Amino acid sequence: MARTRPRLGVFKFSSCDGCQLSLLDCELELLAVTEAVEIAYFLEATRKDMKGPFDITLVEGSVTTPHEAELIHKVRKSTGTLITIGACATSGGIQALKNFKDVKDFIDKVYAHPEYIETLATATPIADHVTVDFELRGCPINKHQLLEVINATLNGRKPVVPKHSECIECKSRGTVCVMVAKGEACLGPVTQAGCGGLCPASHRGCFGCFGPMETPNTAALSERLKALGSAPRDIHRLFQTFNANAPAFRQQAESLEDRV
Amino acid sequence: MSAMPGEKAVIDRERLNDLISILNRQGYTVIGPTMGEGAILYDVVTGIGDLPAGWGDEEEGGRYRPVRRSDQALFGYSKPAQGLKGHLHPARQRLFAAERAGNGFRVLKDEGKAPRYAFLGARACELAAMRVQDKVFDNGAYRDPHYFAKRDDAFIALVTCAQAGGTCFCASMNSGPDATEGFDLKLAELGSTFLIEAGSERGAAILAQLSPRPATDADRQAGVAQIAKARQQSRSMVEGVGPMMAARLEHPHWDEVAKRCMTCGNCTMVCPTCFCTTVEDVTDLAGNNAERWRKWDSCFSVDYSYIHGGAVRSQGAARYRQWITHKLSHWVSQFGVSGCVGCGRCITWCPVGIDITAEAKALGG
Ligand code: SF4
Ligand code: SF4
Ligand code: SF4
Repeated sequence: MARTRPRLGVFKFSSCDGCQLSLLDCELELLAVTEAVEIAYFLEATRKDMKGPFDITLVEGSVTTPHEAELIHKVRKSTGTLITIGACATSGGIQALKNFKDVKDFIDKVYAHPEYIETLATATPIADHVTVDFELRGCPINKHQLLEVINATLNGRKPVVPKHSECIECKSRGTVCVMVAKGEACLGPVTQAGCGGLCPASHRGCFGCFGPMETPNTAALSERLKALGSAPRDIHRLFQTFNANAPAFRQQAESLEDRV
Repeated sequence: MSAMPGEKAVIDRERLNDLISILNRQGYTVIGPTMGEGAILYDVVTGIGDLPAGWGDEEEGGRYRPVRRSDQALFGYSKPAQGLKGHLHPARQRLFAAERAGNGFRVLKDEGKAPRYAFLGARACELAAMRVQDKVFDNGAYRDPHYFAKRDDAFIALVTCAQAGGTCFCASMNSGPDATEGFDLKLAELGSTFLIEAGSERGAAILAQLSPRPATDADRQAGVAQIAKARQQSRSMVEGVGPMMAARLEHPHWDEVAKRCMTCGNCTMVCPTCFCTTVEDVTDLAGNNAERWRKWDSCFSVDYSYIHGGAVRSQGAARYRQWITHKLSHWVSQFGVSGCVGCGRCITWCPVGIDITAEAKALGG
């Protein structure tokens, strides 16, 4: 039975575009995607600027400007299923580092005409503003997981996107633990799986690109990293990267604040 | 010399090359220890040159380092980072593929052929773990075809340990460092020779081709002394741990462990007896082709205990308790054996060094 093709919209907020690119990266599978859905709005791929409503919307990026804070409500109203993609959209991204500092101070220092800059004091995830149906993590997202989410949405089932630790991916692919065998600082035990274990397979610790796993014991990991010789400021920095604003990572960094 | 099962002989270490080629000729892929990236790992070996000559290992809770030995021993380490589980019960296994057919679907014939494995250097604890998994995958009523396709025909050339690793406690679990059955060949490395005995007819047939000479009393005594040395282990499991655990289901210690445990699941992944899996279905976008995959899962993940409405074990304390009580207590009621063979991998590879023997002791106290 032929399905009427659902309409897909891809919107960008404050972000680097890397996650949207993952969709273009799907190459061969992208053809299947275009057969399964009508790409009705995707500025990175086509100049066709079609209006909503959309059946499925992918949202990349965080809410960082007053304009974005309004736009996201319009996107929500015009869409059926709203899926956020990437660390920016799901936790605020690297730009959420500004949440911990005085933004006005930055603007005064960086721009010759600070009066032209219109920005919010924080960078926040989409789910802080509107209801989100599914959050796909990663910096950038994994294209196989993206296809799985689109696929599951089209077929009316729950996406298979595990929320357990990155360690399970390392062990499943046979990677030797860099923390145990080399004493490297690694966020893997508190980070959600999804990347396939990229960094440990390249003999480095995990940077936490996929954000906190389902039940992250960041305090236990911090204690261990200290015992392995990491200074509190290094551990602080480890938790303050692409997912600095994710609650578990933010709280752990804050608890180290006085010793940084 | 014709080798009878149980009779000890001696071969030169170069004969291992012959052993590997004979096994290869018989259609076996030989899996043995190799020096991998940062640790000794099981992989395909084609000759003595692939074995980790001169390498040992240092192990403690949450710490592993390969170390150079003062000799050129081929099996001078305690145990590879991950055991042989991944070969018999792989991390990902396709159960079947299907395609749409009218209003239903058609299961496609599986053309894949299971590899025929020979395990060279398997340790006593690893053999014990296989025998535990044999019971898991064959409960009398159901026999898992994927596991036994590899296990039934697997050739086991066991090498007993010359010394235990820092986290080993097989002696207190009665699963090592020696083995009395379940192998085709059993070897012990004595300098440039191996003490060897056959444990099966096919093992004896191969041994006869390795130019064996009868073992002397001195050879036999060296073998006995070596096992006695490997029996000296710094860790041991508390006596009567099964009933003790079952009586400690409510205990303040569970919350104490939960403060340290990251619920990362490493312990279950490296454990040679942990067998739990999840099943995933994948479809193409059009919904015309589907595959069902079985993947390692862990009782430390939340979804593992998800039943409709939510996860039963939402707290880390409950998940750690599930793991250790299953290993040491409920496994016995379920399968008639302990779920722990004392290999110590969960201790070594726990990133925060949580120690099953220490936790059991703390609970018993
Ligand atoms: S529970 Fe730990 S010591 Fe026991 S068999 Fe499993 S990994 Fe080895
Ligand atoms: S647990 Fe026993 S059999 Fe296993 S490696 Fe250690 S000493 Fe050898
Ligand atoms: S005991 Fe160690 S390896 Fe196991 S889940 Fe807890 S922290 Fe991870």
